[in-house]
Amino acid sequence: MVRHFDSELQDLRDGLMAMAGQVEEMIDLSREAVSEGSSAKADRVKELDRKVDEQELKLDQACVDLLALRSPIATDLRLIASSLKIIPEIERIGDHCCNIARRVPFIHPPILAGDALERLAGETRTMVRRAVDAFVNGNAELARQVIAEDDTVDAIYVQIYKDLLRLMLADPLCIERASHLIIVIKNWERIADQATNIAEEVLFILEGVNVKHPYLPRSQSEA
Amino acid sequence: MERPEALAKPDPVDSAGYAGASAKLSDLPLTDASVLTSPTMLTVENLNLFYGKKQALFNIDLKVAKNTVMAFIGPSGCGKSTLLRCLNRMNDLIDDVTIEGSVRIGGSNIYEPGVDVISLRKRTGMVFQKSNPFPKSIYENVAYGLRIQGVRDHQILDEAVETSLHSAGLWDEVKDRLKESALGMSGGQQQRLCIARALAVNPEVLLMDEPCSALDPIATSRIEELIFELKKKFTIVIVTHNMQQAARASDFTAFFWLGKLVEVELTEKMFTNPRERTTEDYITGRFG
Repeated sequence: MVRHFDSELQDLRDGLMAMAGQVEEMIDLSREAVSEGSSAKADRVKELDRKVDEQELKLDQACVDLLALRSPIATDLRLIASSLKIIPEIERIGDHCCNIARRVPFIHPPILAGDALERLAGETRTMVRRAVDAFVNGNAELARQVIAEDDTVDAIYVQIYKDLLRLMLADPLCIERASHLIIVIKNWERIADQATNIAEEVLFILEGVNVKHPYLPRSQSEA
Repeated sequence: MERPEALAKPDPVDSAGYAGASAKLSDLPLTDASVLTSPTMLTVENLNLFYGKKQALFNIDLKVAKNTVMAFIGPSGCGKSTLLRCLNRMNDLIDDVTIEGSVRIGGSNIYEPGVDVISLRKRTGMVFQKSNPFPKSIYENVAYGLRIQGVRDHQILDEAVETSLHSAGLWDEVKDRLKESALGMSGGQQQRLCIARALAVNPEVLLMDEPCSALDPIATSRIEELIFELKKKFTIVIVTHNMQQAARASDFTAFFWLGKLVEVELTEKMFTNPRERTTEDYITGRFG
């Protein structure tokens, strides 16, 4: 027999997946807007953000209702508590996509040689995809993989940042575009951080272990 | 909502990182750290109980630390009340019961031959599901245990009654009507009177068998607050069917199923991340 509570929890999971799906679409559009210089796609990103914000309000309320009315414990509690943290992470990814989209008019013609910018966006996109998959499929291994991948994104980000500094020193005429590009790469890097945070919450849901801030010693009750 | 492009985490370009951090999560535990280091007050070792040929408890091993609250949870018939009654030999009153193993309170085995059961029950006060005040005055209910111990000194009795009623959070409500019948009190007050009666003989352990199951939420809340205060002086074992009550009122929780102790854990761990699947299924309402 499926309990009513179980179907409410499934509704919450479904809602989170739908919101994540919307944000993944925003990531793809942002990526294309940057590479193609498409203002139409950039505008579409900003339109979608409103829907994501609406979903955030709806899911926040659903979590508070479940806490108030169902007094969840154990796995149920972890799912709802972590959802309350995953929801703003997803919403924030949408904000970063908007930030990237707003820079589109100012970064063309391209000043960066090579494919580093596309690799940064691609790696970040993969991390978000995997973090969502880890949540949907309850895959702890995939969540750990996402957390490890953040170092790759950070390394690409630092490399592009240095390249942009060199370009600005060499040619003051590219300073404006480079400045906007620094904001673009910073937002990609932050999206990867958000994917990492989601993966950490997935591990908490699945294993009841808080893996954040590993440099801190754990209290006995967390062991 | 779109927000400024603020940086929440350190930028990877900045190599400073978190090197200077010195805070410890263990400095901020949910549980009062003292419960983890308290000496053991009560030890159950390899306890088996049979009603005739039917075994009701299987190889129970359990320790309860001094000045802590241990909650027993589990579905009806799992043995939690049976075990509670083993802790003050209440099961001795039932025909055809056989008990093997030991229960040590403060080091001595209460099932040793020659143990004075009346004296044992002074050390282990008990509060039942349904309040059971005697048809006597409020004062006499609390003084009863001391009177049957032979205490006759009025000053000692007065002090014990006042102290016990204070400890049970009842003094201010009844101090002007101590000579009135206890049967005229509300259900919640009657239950706190029974707690005061148990406390009057100064027990080491307080056993509570679903003490709030017949009470409204306000009376329940008062008993739970009382439990929190009483554990400073006593060691408490409480049987409850109310998961939230176990979560709110206890330091440790033991889960029983089919006469076996499945898991005993810090309460906050039990209710966020139980070790056993059976525990998880029971506390989340997926069986039982």
